[in-house]
Amino acid sequence: MKKFLLNAGVQKIFAALLAILFGLVFGIVILFIASFFISKASYPMDALYTIVTGGLRFSGLKGLGIIMRFMSPILLTGLSVGFAFKTGLFNIGASGQFVIGGFVAAYICIKWTFIPLEYLWIVGILGAVIAGGLVGLISGLLKAYRNVNEVISAIMLNYIAMITVSNLVSVIADKNNPSRTMPPLSRIPTLGLDKIFGNNTTDISIFIAILVAILIYIILERTTFGYELKACGYNRNAARYAGINDRLGITLSMTIAGALAGLGGAMVYISSITKVFDSLLTLAPEGFDGISVALLGMSNPLGIIFSAAFIAALKNAGPALSRSGFNEEVVKIMTAVIIYASAFSLIFREKLVQFFTKKGAKK
Amino acid sequence: MNTDTMIFLIRNMVPFMIPLTIVALGGMFSERSGVVNIALEGIMVFGATFGIFFIYFVPDLMSPQLMILAAMGIAIISGVLFSWLHAYASINLKANQTISGTALNLFAFAFHDFLARLITKTGTEGVSFKNVFRIEKIPFFGDIPVLGDLFFKNVYLSTFIGLGILVVASFVLYKTRFGLRLRACGEHPHAADSVGINVNRMRYWGVLISGALAGLGGLVLIIPTTVEYTGTVSGYGFLALAVLIFGQWKPSKIFLAAAFFGLMQVISNSSGLAFFTSLGINKYFYQIVPYLTTLIVLTFTSSKSASPRAAGEPYDQGKR
Repeated sequence: MKKFLLNAGVQKIFAALLAILFGLVFGIVILFIASFFISKASYPMDALYTIVTGGLRFSGLKGLGIIMRFMSPILLTGLSVGFAFKTGLFNIGASGQFVIGGFVAAYICIKWTFIPLEYLWIVGILGAVIAGGLVGLISGLLKAYRNVNEVISAIMLNYIAMITVSNLVSVIADKNNPSRTMPPLSRIPTLGLDKIFGNNTTDISIFIAILVAILIYIILERTTFGYELKACGYNRNAARYAGINDRLGITLSMTIAGALAGLGGAMVYISSITKVFDSLLTLAPEGFDGISVALLGMSNPLGIIFSAAFIAALKNAGPALSRSGFNEEVVKIMTAVIIYASAFSLIFREKLVQFFTKKGAKK
Repeated sequence: MNTDTMIFLIRNMVPFMIPLTIVALGGMFSERSGVVNIALEGIMVFGATFGIFFIYFVPDLMSPQLMILAAMGIAIISGVLFSWLHAYASINLKANQTISGTALNLFAFAFHDFLARLITKTGTEGVSFKNVFRIEKIPFFGDIPVLGDLFFKNVYLSTFIGLGILVVASFVLYKTRFGLRLRACGEHPHAADSVGINVNRMRYWGVLISGALAGLGGLVLIIPTTVEYTGTVSGYGFLALAVLIFGQWKPSKIFLAAAFFGLMQVISNSSGLAFFTSLGINKYFYQIVPYLTTLIVLTFTSSKSASPRAAGEPYDQGKR
């Protein structure tokens, strides 16, 4: 038992679960307080039940399909942020990489009709990966060679990407129907999943995303390349001393992170989800959801699969909350509290170790 | 470019430049004490939320200038209280400062929408308010030719408060014992500790000052630039971080950097102006100009970065 609790992985899972518990408790408090102000609100516990079931109490199997659909883009942006975290970088630019990747994928799938339709989505996905990677590359190069803080450059690139896409959207827009969806044949295939879940937005993107997560796990934990990238993150100078090209490492890390977020964009924009690159200038929320997903998953690619499912379920529960009279911001507040609590994981683990070893946390 | 265009640009850059200066100075206090505050954006939103709610609920009880002062006070207090969460996480609990800052940002947006839907009559996240705070003309100073037109007519109280904060901030940072101690904690906390400075307490001061200034900056940004607050400060908190880096963590340079970004923002907003349409540049370029110039400027100024050496690292007494 003691050995089990001193395992770093087990502790991380405990810390994440504790953070979620903390968020739920805070959510209950918020719901109770809000119920005094909202006349049409039903019981707070009823709303809580909606939240913990991820809204599935109303939508059942169909809702499960929707959660899987929500999950794939934020799993990929989460991987993007998490991968960067593992290599010592904070990729707050997933939003911009996401939208550029999504746009390029949509462009390819609408305009490149010279490619056979059944392969078009694959080309679109590759295009998104490359485009997102290029956006990440800019941040990476600036960080590695010009010492530009990657957080600031990524935020600027978020805005530049958003404005660029909203200016370019007229290229692929349908004049009669500005909120066009992808032609069904060039979408990511569904392989019958849409029939199973009775919901035409469910497709194989979730499996693509999970496969990519496993691939990233293998790269990070089982290859020399991944080890070198992580070494650059732990200590750039030590990595250089060990003969690792730290500048190349940082550049590649950001590029891969960008490619992952770009892939996430493809998952949304070449599917049947009616999501438009509208002229409304707002940053893609999937990029910021990715930060929550990565933090809750402790940046571990396998952990991120579960945290993406969790956050997707919360997102699905949000709109369903209105049935109990509450607004969906409650869920967003809970997410923020969970992230805040997950920042405490270090101290939580130290305390746990102190509790179970006589000599305390210091090795 | 004629003088009218020039005067227009300078007059209109002030509402952007003042909040940027205030918030970047806040960030300076935090980072100089050794805590990276990525939550500036969220604290701005949080401060503005309470300041604007105050203006929303007590419209006619007091004179406009008194009301804006009270709203500023409320924004400052809420900013301090909110940043306390960041201070507690990053100082007491030695948490990752980026995570805690991100959580605060997420919280502030959601909290504003939640609260606004709850208590506005319309039930939307937009909170509209009447802008009655502009001062037509300041006696005496407004009569000075050119300068009077530029800085003393149709101004906001916040402009002068912002300039006051700049002066006080430079004085505190460089001429007081407090400032010296604060800087020591950001550069070499162990050395500071060894001469009896309470590192954690100094860092608390740094973060709470940044909370006060960011909360104030949020309100000061919203009031002159819009009449409906929707719970966003459009990335200005992050832009303030860029200003802080471009300004090399020094008050006077921060002011110049903020002026530069203010100018870029005005250029971006005034692509319809006769002078700019005559240049024949695409609208798209104007839209991205503040962000693109930030990138370019940082590319050429970041290599000799003077960032506080211990910024971002939790202080661990046992670590040498």
